Amino acid sequence: MMTTLTKNPPAAAHKAPQRSNRGRGMAKLGDLRIALLFILPAMIGFVAFFLVPTIRGIYLSFTEYSVLGEPEWIGLKNYTSIFADELFWNAMAVTVQYVAINIGLQTVIALGLALLMHRVAKSTFVRGALLLPFLVANVIVALLWFWMLDYQLGIVNEIINWMGLPRIAFFGSEQWAIPTIAFVNVWRHMGYTALLIFAGLQSIPNHVYEVASLDGASPTRTFWSITMPLLRPVLALVLVVTVIGSFQVFDTVAVTTGGGPVNASRVIQMYIYQKAFGESDFGYASALSVILFVILALVAFIQMKFLKGNESDLD
Amino acid sequence: MTTQTLAPRKPINWRRAGAWTLVALALIVTIVPFLWMLRTALSSNHSLASNAANLLPADFSWGAFKRVFGMQSAEEAIAEGGSGADINFWLYLRNSIIFSTVTTAGQVFFSAMAAYAFSRLRWPGRNLVFGLFLATMMVPPIFTALPNFLMIKNLGLLNTFAGLALPFLFMTPFAIFFLRQFFLNMSREVEEAAMLDGAKHLRIFFQIVLPNAAAPLATLAFLTFVGQWNEYFWPLLVGQDENVRVLTVGLGVFKSQSPQGAPDWAGLMAGTIVAALPVLLLFLAFGKRVVNSIGFSGIK
Repeated sequence: MMTTLTKNPPAAAHKAPQRSNRGRGMAKLGDLRIALLFILPAMIGFVAFFLVPTIRGIYLSFTEYSVLGEPEWIGLKNYTSIFADELFWNAMAVTVQYVAINIGLQTVIALGLALLMHRVAKSTFVRGALLLPFLVANVIVALLWFWMLDYQLGIVNEIINWMGLPRIAFFGSEQWAIPTIAFVNVWRHMGYTALLIFAGLQSIPNHVYEVASLDGASPTRTFWSITMPLLRPVLALVLVVTVIGSFQVFDTVAVTTGGGPVNASRVIQMYIYQKAFGESDFGYASALSVILFVILALVAFIQMKFLKGNESDLD
Repeated sequence: MTTQTLAPRKPINWRRAGAWTLVALALIVTIVPFLWMLRTALSSNHSLASNAANLLPADFSWGAFKRVFGMQSAEEAIAEGGSGADINFWLYLRNSIIFSTVTTAGQVFFSAMAAYAFSRLRWPGRNLVFGLFLATMMVPPIFTALPNFLMIKNLGLLNTFAGLALPFLFMTPFAIFFLRQFFLNMSREVEEAAMLDGAKHLRIFFQIVLPNAAAPLATLAFLTFVGQWNEYFWPLLVGQDENVRVLTVGLGVFKSQSPQGAPDWAGLMAGTIVAALPVLLLFLAFGKRVVNSIGFSGIK
């Protein structure tokens, strides 16, 4: 039922609810008074914790502000500093590397799992079990794998050692830190992502497959010529959402490497956190988060455009 | 039903066997780490060091659980490979329950009220306001977290439950959107009959809409609760103090106390079990409904 809910959230906003004013012929204001009552608590929350902070965040990005005292307007200085800031570019590179590994692996695995569930294992038990890692906090998943991937005692290194290979410092070496963190989050999200894609697969009508089968199309052919094109809008939405989430990776990094070794896993959100709370440089940190915000909006826009996520091939 | 009925023939069975093997593999990869968590928590650190690879506990011991619940003296804890620092997961458990329950109750209820206004009432500016709400779904949490932190700090609410809960208490754009969609799809016959009888909106909301939407409300409450239970960033900013420290933050602190060269692995895993178990139990109760509801609404 809910699968049909929000294929296209922005458009839903403009669609006027199909309600007639039958039985209550009121003037233009309609139910304004009672509506104000109903919307008041949400409005307070919206204004106080979403709207004002968004505006204030943009304002702070043009200031120098160390929490003590008042923010001091410095124009674009934070932004020009950021463009010359090697740590920022490093954080961007690290984050993009993380996103690429995380999303690449996760999408392929989830798509495979979704197809498997669709073809053979529709049971709620299988789906429920695959969802388990997603229900557990990032912090818990991070610590669990921090233990299993430990250099000395972790079971994974025990197995590697048993196979006669050299142990790997998963979280402790510069070249492994990001792939490891990406892998840990693939483990947490693959079942959930698979369920989203599975819901999309179920929305493809059967008769399309029947025609393909009558025409003697092979499963591979069916997959590339029918499943993938028809799944595209769903896949596009899944990609937009997972990529945006992936760019904001923080918890896993914070409890395992803390951004290290050296700068190897200091992702952008970690850098923002350190600037704001480690160095009390709220102006600079705000400018960084404005940049992150802009990047996310661009990524979403480009993906939707490129993958034509708003259009379906079903019509 | 689907493809399997369309293409009957022998090679399919072989194919299906292969497919089931992959499903089984995925289940193993998913489940085994949880067993490993349990196995480690029920072992003592000393025997973990000598027996690192057996699926059963290295030696059966409740020591790790006693340690995270603060039931061991510092000397005992140190002797078993703990840090000996004060740690009390009872307190963090209580804090997590308060934080998650209060924010879930507030958020779901207030969002339901707003969703009613967006789906049942006609008023000028309705679509504009709704569009504005939706737009903020795009704003990354870190972006509002900094100014929100400053505000909570200026209000003197750092390290209080109020400070922890306020930003989550009233609404999220997602919750309103989710419920509005349900309300729009619900049959309106009973409501319109009640309206003709002169019932007011408040009564209709409480006596007709809320009871009829029990299922989606429960699903949303579950999703919200799990999200709040697992929240780390905001509590890390405003709830460092022990009296309001939630489990996720407590786990981070426990890990960083890393004593005596090697971390207290048994204790750490006992802590993760304490933090994970309530959500897993809730999932047992709500599981089927939640699993079936995951489509394009369950997106965080």
